Amino acid sequence: MREITFSQATLEAMDEEMTRDERVFVMGEDIARQGGIFGQFKGLPDKFGTERVKDTPISETAIVGAAIGAALTGMRPVADMHFADFMGVCMDEIFNQMAKIHYMFGGQRSVPMVLRAPDGLINQAAAQHSQSIEAWFMHIPGLKVVIPSNPADAKGLLKSAIRDDNPVIYFEHKALFSTRGPVPDGEVLTPIGKAKVAREGSDVTLISYSHCMGLSLKAADILAGEGVSVECIDLRTISPIDKETVLASVAKTTRLVIAHEAVKQGGVGAEISAIVAEEGIDFLDAPIVRVGAPFTPVPFARPLEQAYRVTPEKIAEAIRGLF
Amino acid sequence: MSAKKVKEKKGLDKYPRTLLGQFYRTMLTIRSFEKKVEEKFLAGEIPGFVHLYIGEEAIATGVMANLTREDHIQSTHRGHGHTIAKGADLKRMMAEIFGKREGCCKGKGGSMHIADFSVGMLGANGVVGGGFNLATGAALASKMQGKDTVAVVFFGDGASNRGTFHEAANMAAVWKLPVVFVCENNQYASTTPYRTTTSVEDIAVRAAGYGMPGVIVDGNDVFAVYEESQKLIERARRGEGPSLLECKTYRVKGHFVGDPERYRTKDEVQKVCESNDPIDRFECTVLDGKLFSREELDAIKASAGKEVEEALEFARNAEEPEVSELFADVYA
Repeated sequence: MREITFSQATLEAMDEEMTRDERVFVMGEDIARQGGIFGQFKGLPDKFGTERVKDTPISETAIVGAAIGAALTGMRPVADMHFADFMGVCMDEIFNQMAKIHYMFGGQRSVPMVLRAPDGLINQAAAQHSQSIEAWFMHIPGLKVVIPSNPADAKGLLKSAIRDDNPVIYFEHKALFSTRGPVPDGEVLTPIGKAKVAREGSDVTLISYSHCMGLSLKAADILAGEGVSVECIDLRTISPIDKETVLASVAKTTRLVIAHEAVKQGGVGAEISAIVAEEGIDFLDAPIVRVGAPFTPVPFARPLEQAYRVTPEKIAEAIRGLF
Repeated sequence: MSAKKVKEKKGLDKYPRTLLGQFYRTMLTIRSFEKKVEEKFLAGEIPGFVHLYIGEEAIATGVMANLTREDHIQSTHRGHGHTIAKGADLKRMMAEIFGKREGCCKGKGGSMHIADFSVGMLGANGVVGGGFNLATGAALASKMQGKDTVAVVFFGDGASNRGTFHEAANMAAVWKLPVVFVCENNQYASTTPYRTTTSVEDIAVRAAGYGMPGVIVDGNDVFAVYEESQKLIERARRGEGPSLLECKTYRVKGHFVGDPERYRTKDEVQKVCESNDPIDRFECTVLDGKLFSREELDAIKASAGKEVEEALEFARNAEEPEVSELFADVYA
């Protein structure tokens, strides 16, 4: 199978969906003339013009608000958030408007739009340009939240998000943009709400997503050498969570570890732990363990950032403690 | 102050009688609807928070007379008047305010979150200043779709202090979008006199900061609102970009029904009610001009009142939602 970068995969998704449906357009800061700060929009304006690939003012509130208004009146906007960290600027538009309009107006009109949110640690970008804030959004009914870990799902989830009639937040880890992976030719559509068993195993279930998924697979490699068989699940969508895949795996392995780059407190791991505690406690032969960032803002200095990061070794160590 | 002041218009000969009748009927329907809502809220029949549009009827009426069903509006927490003037069904509106399943939002929204997309009313908003950018987006869609529809966003003097106003005004202006920002300056931002929280006397002067026209109009004069909003709406329709219309009015009711109104005197309110009521002023104008007789006006009034009574009956008799409907419409 051909291999392309995560960034190219998102570009193919945009290209194909904008070709397929003329209601799809994208707007954000630095996307048309510059091609996106991670190059993820390069070439798109040449093909579709700067009306459908729009540079905006640095006004996240206006970007998301306008995307909502356009979605309500017949368009299917994609809004780029530049850095996920900036979603705090337009939080009212996200959680009071975008997420609620379909419900509070009795289903009169859906809000078919996508927020693309580059997140995560890269280049020691520190406290306001490095965060993983996906857990905020799984607490909000009305939103779907997807978070790919590889180029194939980057393409497949973006295409599915654009076709979904609900508002979808698409987190794309900045450190993944340049990574390569196999992507099939032709239509690639990853279903929203469906996790994937990324590696089969029998001794412990390790759940992760996004950039941390790669770290988890490395941890599984390390542990394989020690005789521990790790089943890795790539969550891919964090709202709605694919409980079925999670519970089935835990029923098989009897042990559960969740790893994510985000702060451990109140994170996705907490929700998965609670689901398994409520619905699958009898499956477990060991306490549930979460691996996540410490409860601090993202620090700048190298040793501090290194200490903050989740690593394959930290995940492996957590798993060793279960046996 | 660079914004332009507009005097009350007296040349009424150019108004067709049907339009005058429509002005009167819409204003009276809103007044009668709001009085009924107030009465039933105070009687404990209507739950939630209710904000009344009484005294501001000329604005919704005058602006909406220039819009078609295909044009879009964004409203506020004080949204009943806009919704009625845009042509929403009164029965389904009242049922919504009563929290009934036959309501236009199936009883999921209530007074603060009323919407009727079938007439281009894209929603009231429980968040002050929440509608600006949504209107900008509707205008962007209109432009991208090659339509000549416009988007009008209503907002108060208080909302003009939100950052959402700034971001929407700049984006609408730089992209030359067909949006008209209609400020209903009713003198009070919730319970605070706007002069104590707002840096300018006239909200309209803020338009200059975005390179768009800002016009001031007497918001209790339906003719003036109609004529000035017409110019700005047609300008937007022609692709000449956004503008701001500031309608000077006065909120004769409290911020919400039940507001103890400790921030002003009864005398202040009484004076406005006696001297500057938009419906009284309309009546005087058309009676003086011998365009309508008292009997004709009374007949319109009775008919509007009857329609509101019927809406009330409908709402009272409508069913409440089934508990299972809690889960409906979370996702499309």
